[in-house]
This record gives sequence, C-alpha cells and structure tokens, in this order.
Amino acid sequence: MRSSDKGADKAGVITRPPSAGELLANRVFRGAAYGVGAATLLLLAFIIVVIGGEALPAMVREGFGFLGRAVWSPGRGEFGIAAEIWGTLYSSILALIIAGVFGVAIAIFLTQDFLPGKVAVVFRTIIEMLAAIPSVVYGLWGIFVVIPAIRPTANWLHDSFGWFPPFSTSMGGPGLAPAVIVLAIMVLPTVAAISQDALRLIPYKVKEAAYGMGTTRWEAIVKVMLPTASGGIFASLVLGFGRALGETMALAMIIGNANQISWSLFAPANTLAALLASTFPEAGDIERGALMYAAVVLLALTLVVNMLGVLVMQFTSRQTVN
Amino acid sequence: MTDIPAAALASADTRAAAPQMRHSFGDRRNVVNGLMTGVLWLMAVIAAIPLFSVLYMLISQGGTRISFETLTSLPPAGFMAGGGFGNAILGTLVMVGIAGLISVPIGVMGGVFLGAVAPESTLASIVRFVAKTLTGFPSILAGVFVFGFLVLSMGTYSAIAGGVALAVGMLPTVMLTAEQAVRMVPQRMKDAAVGMGCTPAQAAWKVTLPAALPGVMTGVMLAVAGAAGESAPILFTALFSSFWIESLFEPTASLSILIFNFSGMPFPNQIELAWAASLVLVLIVLVFNILSRLFGAPKL
Repeated sequence: MRSSDKGADKAGVITRPPSAGELLANRVFRGAAYGVGAATLLLLAFIIVVIGGEALPAMVREGFGFLGRAVWSPGRGEFGIAAEIWGTLYSSILALIIAGVFGVAIAIFLTQDFLPGKVAVVFRTIIEMLAAIPSVVYGLWGIFVVIPAIRPTANWLHDSFGWFPPFSTSMGGPGLAPAVIVLAIMVLPTVAAISQDALRLIPYKVKEAAYGMGTTRWEAIVKVMLPTASGGIFASLVLGFGRALGETMALAMIIGNANQISWSLFAPANTLAALLASTFPEAGDIERGALMYAAVVLLALTLVVNMLGVLVMQFTSRQTVN
Repeated sequence: MTDIPAAALASADTRAAAPQMRHSFGDRRNVVNGLMTGVLWLMAVIAAIPLFSVLYMLISQGGTRISFETLTSLPPAGFMAGGGFGNAILGTLVMVGIAGLISVPIGVMGGVFLGAVAPESTLASIVRFVAKTLTGFPSILAGVFVFGFLVLSMGTYSAIAGGVALAVGMLPTVMLTAEQAVRMVPQRMKDAAVGMGCTPAQAAWKVTLPAALPGVMTGVMLAVAGAAGESAPILFTALFSSFWIESLFEPTASLSILIFNFSGMPFPNQIELAWAASLVLVLIVLVFNILSRLFGAPKL
C-alpha cells in the first residue's frame, strides 16, 4: 500500500490524502459552523438579558402592580400597562378570528382543486403579496382609506345598537375597529400559508377514499380534510396570533394610542407594541425604564405563543408523515 | 331466502336507506356543496380587495408626486412646498446593506450548519427551534434590544444601530431558507464529493453551497425585501434625519420612518410625499420579492 502511494505521488496522479492545511481548514469550518449555531442561541439569550437588564430597575420599583394599572403619566411618574395588555389581546383575538376564517377558507380554496393550476398560482401570489406590503404603508392606508370607509357604518351601528358594549361609543377617527381590520389583513397571509402546507401534506388517497364513500366535495373537506389537517391549522392560528401580538407600526398609526380599557370597537385603544413605538423615542430615563418593562411583557407573551406554535407545527408534521 | 323481502316489507325506512344512484342537484347535500363553493369564492375575492385598494391608492396618490425632484431632494419642513425624500431612499439602502452584510454570512453559515454539517445534532434541533421562534419575533423588540446594547453605549442613534436591528430580523429567514436549500442538494452529490476525497468542509464549500446557491439567494432576497419595509426596528435605533447621510454614526433617515412621521402631519404636501414614499418603498420591496422568485424559479 505504502509503496504504491509513493508511486502515485511521483507520477503526479490525482489522488492524495488531505494536506495538513486542508484538515485545519476543515476543523475551522466545522468550528465556525458550530459557533454560528451556538451564536444564534446566545443572540436570543443576549436579547433577553439586555431587555431584562434595562427593565430590572422598573420591575423592582413597579412590581406586579404595573400589570394591573391603566395609567401612563410620565409627569406624575405613574405607569401601568393594563390598558395596553387589554388592547393587545382584544385586537389580536378579534383580528385572529377574522384572519382565521378567511385564511383557512383561502387555504381550502387554493388546495382543494377549486381553481385551475394557473389561476390558483395567481391567487396565491396575491395573498403572498399582502405579506410583502410594509407595515407603515398599511398604516397610511388605514388612516386614509379604512377609517373613512368604516366610519359611517360604525356610527350607524352605534346609533342603532348602542346598548351592545362593542358598539357603545361613536367613532371619531382612529380606534380599535380599523386596527383590527388592518391587523387581520396583515396576519391573513401567515394563516393561509401554514394552513395550505397542512392541507397539502394530506396524501391524495385520503380525499379519494372520501369521494369513494360518496361524499360531496364539501363533505370531504369538512369531515375529512379539515380534521386531518387540524393540527397544522391550529399551528397556523397560534403563529398568526403571535404575529398579531407583535405587530407595531400600522397599529401605532391607527389605533389612537388611548390609555383606556373599553369593550367598544370604535373607541381609541392601545397595544404594547404601539405604546413602545409611540412613546419610546421621546421618553426620559424613568419612562424608558417602564417601557422596557412593557417590552419584557411583550417579549414573554410572544415567545410563549411562538414557541407553542412551532412545537404544535413540529408535532403535527411529524405525525402526518408517519 | 324468504327473510329478505319480509324484512324489506316490514320496515318503511328501507327504501330510503337503499343507495340512491341518481345525482340530483336539488339534494340538500348538493345545495350545501354549491353554496359553500360560492361562499369560498366570495371570501377569496374579499381577501384580494385590500391589496388592490392599497396599490390603487399608491398609484393614484403617490404616483402623481413621483418626479426627479422628490427622488433627489431633502424633506421639506412644516409649511414648505415641494421637497422630496432622496436622503430617506439612500438611508434605507445603506441600512439594509449593513443588515445584509451582517446577517447573510452568519445566516448562510448557520444554514450550512443546520443542513449539512450537523443536521441531526441536539444543538441543531435547538438552533432550528430558536430560529423558527425568532421568525415570529416582534421587530420592535429588535429595536428595543439594539437601543439597549448599541445606542446607549454609543451615545447616539446611528445607521449602524439601525442596520444591526434589521439584521436581527433578517437572520432567521436567511438561516432557515439556506438550510432548506442545502438540504435540497441531492445526497449523492455530497457523497460523491466525500468519495473523491474532499474533506467535509470542501464538500460543503465547493459542492453543496454552489448547488444550493439559488435557494440561498431566494432567502436572502426575501429577507432584504422584508428588511427594506421594516420600520419598528429602526424607529429608535436610526431615528430620522432631514439631511443627507454623512457618516454611519449619526441619525439616519429612512423611507418607512419618513412615511410614519409625515402620515401624522396636518400638511397636504407631507401627506402627498408620504404616499409617494410609500410607492417607492413598495417598489423596492417588490423588486426584491420578484428577484427572490426569479432565483427560486430555475430547478436544480
């Protein structure tokens, strides 16, 4: 063996063992790859440490009462984010209901052979384009299109059904309803895309079996396809909810930034992310500490929701493949 | 023999239970089926309306103000007429460039790690999970994070800080799409490279990555498109500036923050400029979106 190796070297033949330099390069490359992997984890840890560290003085000073007070008054040094937590959850849940219904409907529409292939591609592109429009552009559109468009209906609803808490105020301008509409549009592509993936994972023979049993197309969808894809659809809703919780600029522009807790859809409200966007740039040191506390709450909320969504998605996709 | 007709006569329901082979459009099940198909069509059309409304507004409101002047001059103050947002276009491009320089090498390397170097390792599955979690991470928190660790220590808002904040948002997208692209490279190509005596690093660098490049670029372009449209991360890291960018260590203008600031002003001139800036911003985002589709189109 050894002699033939030497012979090969002399003849300048193509094979040779990796040189020391190449082995070193291999080591460095592997090390760098592992390093980058570990750095991603460190990044998340670092984010938590930095935001948490900035928030710590305010967390110690304000305690848990911060979460239960609905005041934001830098002048008197009183801070609390009860109204923002309420606004974040209220707007996100309403937006998720709208986006969930439309998103799942569109996922069905695009995956269950309602459209010829090319038309389906066009429709899919339209829905994906909704995700490409920047948040500030939706905000601008919300101010000049959505708010004027829904104001007459909103005020009619208030005049006719004012006893119903969600319609209990008239709509003067920015408020929860336009924010929910814009939020739903922004979350829709996420829900539609992940639900489509879930529906596509179902083997075609499952649907064939349902048709073979004599179901109509709709019965096959409702009784077979949707239950089979339910895990993935649930994941799409959870991840969409996470998106809605963290959405910032469009809401800061059209929700009205009012520090109040109300059932009314037409009253101005606020969310955690919008509070950060609208007050952070001009905040003094003490107010900034309180905002960091609000950021910690938002961070915890979105991390938990997103982790749950990713876990559900991983679990269900593994299940479907088996 | 005699049992069957007797049973059939005994029960009045039997005729209904027997399969009816004829298809009737009046059947309740078929009516429901048709109705629901119509509802689906209606919902799909309703969902498409916002996009066309946004595009119509951008073109009708913003298109009229697009000119050489708006694309190259500085933003106007208060009551002034004219002006533009040349510095904001430049600022957006500079900050997205910085973000790309940071996130693309790290993201691609991370993708190679997840897809080729150690796909099955515990570290990889944790990293994958964290990266997926970070895709849904609110971008404003990236801004808060960079404010806490860069802006406070540097003592000033800057293009660098804005770029870093955007990079945090781009990283998971680049990493996860790079992983997908690396995994799509046929295993036999990687095996052949190793079989010819490549070290794993050479196999990844000279065979896997070039083959995966179109997919990697798709992810990079998507991340760039997303970063160009972002506003929350740069709101209080780059802040805004009414002047041309002179160094990377000073507050920097961007299209998205210009739109945010001008949208709340009571002056028609600024509102028009906000629409025009939106049109330019959407065009930039669309260009990178289309590029990502073009890179993705050729099959390996």
